[in-house]
Amino acid sequence: GGAVVHTSMFAVLKEKVGQVVVPGDEFCFDAENTISLSESAKPDRAVCGPGLRRTGDRLVVMKSGVLRHKPPLTFWIESQQKRYVATKGETVIGIVTARGGDIFRVDFGGSELASLSYLAFEGATKRNRPNVQVGDLVFAQFLIANKDMEPELVCIDGSGRANGMGVFGPGGLLIKVSLGLVRRLLAPKSDIRSDLEQLFPCELVVGMNGRVWVRASSVQQTLIVANLLQSCDTMTTQQRQQLFKKVQQGAL
Amino acid sequence: MKDTPLSTCERDFILKAIEEKKRLDGRQTYDYRKIKISFGTDYGCCFVDLGHTRVMAQVSCELVAPKESRPNEGIMFFNIELSPLASPAFEQGRQSELSVKLNRQLERCLRNSKCIDIESLCVVSGEKVWQIRVDVHMLNNDGNLMDASSIAAIAALCHFRRPDVAVQGEEVTVYSPEERDPIPLSIYHMPISVSFSFFQQGTYLLVDPCEREERVMDGLLMIAMNKHREICSIQSSGGIMLLKEQVMRCSKIASVKVSEITELITKALTNDKTARKAGGRCGFAESMPQERITALKVDETPVETDDVAEKAIGIIEDAEAPPPTASSPVVPVPGVGQVGMGLQNTWGVEEEEEMEEFSSGDDDVEEVTKMEEQKKKDNKDDVVEISDSEEEEVVILHPEKPPKEKNVKSSFHQKGAPSSKKKTKQKN
Repeated sequence: GGAVVHTSMFAVLKEKVGQVVVPGDEFCFDAENTISLSESAKPDRAVCGPGLRRTGDRLVVMKSGVLRHKPPLTFWIESQQKRYVATKGETVIGIVTARGGDIFRVDFGGSELASLSYLAFEGATKRNRPNVQVGDLVFAQFLIANKDMEPELVCIDGSGRANGMGVFGPGGLLIKVSLGLVRRLLAPKSDIRSDLEQLFPCELVVGMNGRVWVRASSVQQTLIVANLLQSCDTMTTQQRQQLFKKVQQGAL
Repeated sequence: MKDTPLSTCERDFILKAIEEKKRLDGRQTYDYRKIKISFGTDYGCCFVDLGHTRVMAQVSCELVAPKESRPNEGIMFFNIELSPLASPAFEQGRQSELSVKLNRQLERCLRNSKCIDIESLCVVSGEKVWQIRVDVHMLNNDGNLMDASSIAAIAALCHFRRPDVAVQGEEVTVYSPEERDPIPLSIYHMPISVSFSFFQQGTYLLVDPCEREERVMDGLLMIAMNKHREICSIQSSGGIMLLKEQVMRCSKIASVKVSEITELITKALTNDKTARKAGGRCGFAESMPQERITALKVDETPVETDDVAEKAIGIIEDAEAPPPTASSPVVPVPGVGQVGMGLQNTWGVEEEEEMEEFSSGDDDVEEVTKMEEQKKKDNKDDVVEISDSEEEEVVILHPEKPPKEKNVKSSFHQKGAPSSKKKTKQKN
């Protein structure tokens, strides 16, 4: 959400960008420092992303990680965790565990199973049911995801189109990675993705719940990509590029 | 809590990969994952890592009355605990099928094979015998819990020491570990279990299945053997039909694996023994590798280390001698007392320089705290400082420097040197 941040706190925040912060760190609004003749005391609206929360006139850090900034006004904490918490609008890979009544029960790695209605697929009607069996993988997004209600998934977007979501085809391998790696893979200009492109052609579906589906032209290549993704989670850029280069040279 | 279900896509992929003789983590068909055995500070505590599977075994003993039917023998009790710590599929308190199976297999492997001399555990026939209790806890489940448990149990039993007992007529004295060294159990041989998983109705075989392979397998064959090629127990579960040749082949593979694992255990035991004798630190905390998330680590800066030794010696020679230590409070001027290291304040008046890190570790930290306790002192001055806050601007009028003693050429690890090297500048 947004928080009114005075320019002095802005400067303090900007200073800390790129540094590690821990829960309990505060960015205080110091009353004395506002009386500054050089800057105007006009408050700016800063956007607090994940990991930051506003209490009163302070910004408190809720997660441990690195403070990041996106100009002009967005601040957030980049943290590392493996356990996924359902959030509305995020696309995830789910496993269908049961079908009953009019809904599928889908496991996405959270504390409860989500429900996915039969009708929430493109072109599905009461007569024309989607071809989804127990054990299939689905790529869906959250329609309802809060701590008070059972989460609900849909495979269509607002206008009724699939937009890349739906049930998976055969083949491929599903692996589990940390949420940080998933975000790095999905970033607009992702280094990891461009490094992977150099290796060999493969299909990649990335769910924000830490699940990644990989399919390459052979079993061996699929295994290579899967193992690479799982190991480059905690590597620096250099280590990762070295590893990818080694694989490329010894590639089949 | 239910475990994550296995999707059809994963199942198909794993089976297809096995048909092409490929495993998920790149192992060969007969390869074990990396086995790491470490011991705790207590005798009888053993941790085993089999890849990501983690298991802990603890052995303890107690004097009890023996069984009626066997008055001369000690009692062995085995217990395997599956807690939700290991996997969300395990429920606390409930005896699941897997738990029963593991317990039964461990008992057959260790008790029925008579690997421990039970009669040596007898203290007074018919009245007092030792009851040896082995508790195995699963800490993380990534497949093949049985093998990991058997390795942990036998290693813990070999590592265990029971209190010494002396029987004089009617009197029985149990000596505590401080009075007399505890004595090890007498173990004849080390039975170790090896697991084989079968796929596609027995067509394909894998040794040491990981968790996903276990979910997909048709059946499991567990062979418990010792290094003398004696089979202690065989168990086949899952209802697959095995041919005689397959079982013979598995037993041959098992004998090779068992001899490798036995060697690993004996090596770990000897390492632990030497570490304890040398008085070095031993135990679980020491065996943990330092795991760092390298993504946030700063890159190493290249440092010239060719002439470090000479440079260091030169610096030490030029620096002032370490201040003499006064152990009891010294009262130079009425109203000012001083304890601790040095009779001269070596802290500069300006901001403190950063502490350089030396490889000596703990001792340096203790030095620093001692120096901070040191009160500010003035040598032969009239100005008496009452506050000992180091942050304030303090002016010291003409402190007299003691005659500069040349440092004796000493080893690089001289403890006193770092502190005196820092604070050579003072406001005059």
